[in-house]
Amino acid sequence: MTLFIILAVLTVVSSLLVIFQRNVVHSAVALVAALFFIAVLFLTLDAPMIGILQVLVYAGAIMVLFLFVIMLLNPAALEPRQIPWWTLGSAAALLLVFLLMPALLNTVAPRQAAPAGPGFGSPELLGQTLFGSFVLPFEIASVLLLVAIIGAVVLAKKES
Amino acid sequence: MTLLRYIPLFPLAGALLNVFVGRWLGRRAAGLLACAAVGLSFVVSFAIFSLLRATEVLREPLFTWMEVAPLKIEIAFQADALTAVMLLIITGIGLLIHIYSLGYMGHDEGMVRYFAYLNLFIFFMSLLVLADNLLLLFVGWEGVGLCSYLLIGFWYQDHANAIAGNKAFIVNRIGDFGFLLGMLLLFWEMGRQGVWSLSVSELQNITHLLRPERVRLITLLLFIGAAGKSAQIPLYVWLPDAMQGPTPVSALIHAATMVTAGVYMTARLSFLFSMTPETLALIAWIGGLTAFFAATIAVAQNDIKRVLAYSTVSQLGYMFLAVGVGAFSVAIFHLFTHAFFKACLFLSSGSVIHALGGEQDMRKMGGLRRYLPTTYTTYLVATLAISGFPLTAGFFSKDQILWAVHSSPAGSTSLWTLAWLTAGLTAFYMFRQFFLVFHGKCRVDEPALAHIHESPPVMRVPLVLLALGSIFAGWLATPEFMWGSLWEGWLEPVFSAGGVANHAASEDEILFMGVTLAISAFGFLLAFLFRSPENKIAEWLSRSAICRLLAGKYYIDELYDFFFVRPFTASARWLAQICDPGLIDGLVNGVAERVRGGSLLGRQLQSGNVQHYLFAFLAGALALLAYFLGR
Amino acid sequence: MAPLNYYLVLSAVIFAIGVAGVIVRRNVIVILMSVELMLNAVNLTFLAFARSFGSMDGQVIVFFVMTVAAAEAVVGLAIIIALFRHRRSLDPREMQLLKW
Repeated sequence: MTLFIILAVLTVVSSLLVIFQRNVVHSAVALVAALFFIAVLFLTLDAPMIGILQVLVYAGAIMVLFLFVIMLLNPAALEPRQIPWWTLGSAAALLLVFLLMPALLNTVAPRQAAPAGPGFGSPELLGQTLFGSFVLPFEIASVLLLVAIIGAVVLAKKES
Repeated sequence: MTLLRYIPLFPLAGALLNVFVGRWLGRRAAGLLACAAVGLSFVVSFAIFSLLRATEVLREPLFTWMEVAPLKIEIAFQADALTAVMLLIITGIGLLIHIYSLGYMGHDEGMVRYFAYLNLFIFFMSLLVLADNLLLLFVGWEGVGLCSYLLIGFWYQDHANAIAGNKAFIVNRIGDFGFLLGMLLLFWEMGRQGVWSLSVSELQNITHLLRPERVRLITLLLFIGAAGKSAQIPLYVWLPDAMQGPTPVSALIHAATMVTAGVYMTARLSFLFSMTPETLALIAWIGGLTAFFAATIAVAQNDIKRVLAYSTVSQLGYMFLAVGVGAFSVAIFHLFTHAFFKACLFLSSGSVIHALGGEQDMRKMGGLRRYLPTTYTTYLVATLAISGFPLTAGFFSKDQILWAVHSSPAGSTSLWTLAWLTAGLTAFYMFRQFFLVFHGKCRVDEPALAHIHESPPVMRVPLVLLALGSIFAGWLATPEFMWGSLWEGWLEPVFSAGGVANHAASEDEILFMGVTLAISAFGFLLAFLFRSPENKIAEWLSRSAICRLLAGKYYIDELYDFFFVRPFTASARWLAQICDPGLIDGLVNGVAERVRGGSLLGRQLQSGNVQHYLFAFLAGALALLAYFLGR
Repeated sequence: MAPLNYYLVLSAVIFAIGVAGVIVRRNVIVILMSVELMLNAVNLTFLAFARSFGSMDGQVIVFFVMTVAAAEAVVGLAIIIALFRHRRSLDPREMQLLKW
């Protein structure tokens, strides 16, 4: 419980830093932190495999890609901050949390989970599920990734 | 026997050929082609004429034009004695005029176009007289109007000719509108009896079922159409201006055939007109007044063709006078004889104009007897005929009209007096013209005098034939004391419904002949006395107010211009310059402007900034959340 | 272990922060990063429910979401590069050719 609260505070703070930092690089670093804390939260939910993937794929691969792009484009100027627009967006986001709150606090799902079964969240079980009932989406995901690679190459290529 | 269809077919084929391949045929061949087409039609018409001795009515349906539930209109031809007579006039005189045109138009650039129009006219005119129903008749009616318009404005390079064509077309349009209304009303009235067609024969069968007050209105409206086409008061103004066209056209369309379409129509529907004495009386008075009125104008005109034009209006008035007193066969008889002598007069005047290189002013003619002997003779014969010289065609037909006006129960002494005075005036203005053109001192301009020549044979032969017709055409219907009338018996079946038998004592008829002859002779005498322009009395008269009034044609054109044309153009200008840009454009542009304004406002929503759209999307999601979770 | 509701509320808060970032930030790279934040919030929810129901399906879905997120990030960054090449700017307000 204490661990969750500490992790929750750290995640929210680093998430807020992502959007409040005017410097893009700082935002990216804050995002890496937030993703890391979320990976730890995954671990607390008996999902070690996903948590490791989170660190590997997100913090490791995607964020490096972000940083490369930032470095490549090198947007030197700090972006302007318009108070009215910021207030409006923040208020809308707050309203969203406020509206969702009662529904989230009264879920029909069991509040306190039963102790996890043996091997829950283990790579074995995940692999069995993935290649069992989810094998078709898995294969389609591979096609999606291929398309994304080709698309990215085509888009980012210098026009001749 | 399916002969009737060939009568309109040949001229139509000729017209189409001339339109499409005429320019490759060359002028000469195009003219001969047109003549051949009309010639074939004439042969067929003559065959019809002979055939009709055996049967009274030939009917020949071609195909169904339109069929909507009970309504059925056929393209069908029919021919009875009346049609046969008209066909002979149209194709016979048409043929002569075609041949004449070969010479008259021989040097004209637009000769191919001219013959195409002329053939087209013959097509429409034969369609008009052959039509079995009124709708088909109307097609012919409008078609001849179109050809008339095209031929009046034939030399369209001259603005005045185009204007004259427009005037003829527009004035005719007024009449046609009346005709159309009358036809629709008749259609409605026939529909009440369950007959949904405009067929003349079917109409004849149910005439007695129609309501008299409706028939009165219908005949009145139809007569408006006839008055427009046949140039009667108040719609006669277009005919004198129509003389801007080539002279053979004036002879064919504006004297012999088309302008008699109104008379033909009333004769064709004689059974209907006979039902309403009121309409007949109106027709008689309009006819009589037109005859007299136009004759007075003709007295003071100096243009050779204009005199003839007013004379045509006057003679058409005679025909309507005969129609008005119920003497339909007499009207058609006068139509028949008039076609000969008026065509002869026009063609002879054309010969004169041709000889003088286009000069039409009679004050610049005179003494032409020596240069144009053939034309002089034919002109003299036709003038005698129109003036009613004994034993010529005009003598018999005019006499019969006067006699019918006197003896018919529908006639009256005042009408007779009007017609009688007109006879005198006719003799006077015709001989005035004759003396001015052919006798006296030669007043021709020097350059024209050098080229003066008698017309070629191709023009002289039709003239002679028409002159012969001007004499002998009348012998078909002579008074009882001579050898009687072939004519009456011939047309009897057509008009049995409405014809008025008027056989009084022949002594009276002889007396009336004498009286008419006397006034004609008086007219001739006056013309002879005043034949020289240097005559003191004539000179004094020509400067008098009344003569100026006559020369100005009673200023009817100016009157119409002031009362109808000017207000009309002024209101049209007001509509075009004030109403249209202000009201109509204002409304249309105003609506567009409002829409544009609203759109400009709505366009602000589309800022193009994707974050604004996202915000709107979020707001919508929030609203949905609030709705579903807040319940 | 904390109750399920706690995880859901935390997830909602992170998601809202992501939404706010997408709306208010004037830099397309940061907007893309905010989208990643939102995706992670959703992933957290999936895992919380998976744990709660004791089913592996939720974890598999997260696996797929991460796949799609990776593809999205790659293509999105490629578009950003292409756009920057034309506009010399990362401000989304500059990219409004769809107007009218």
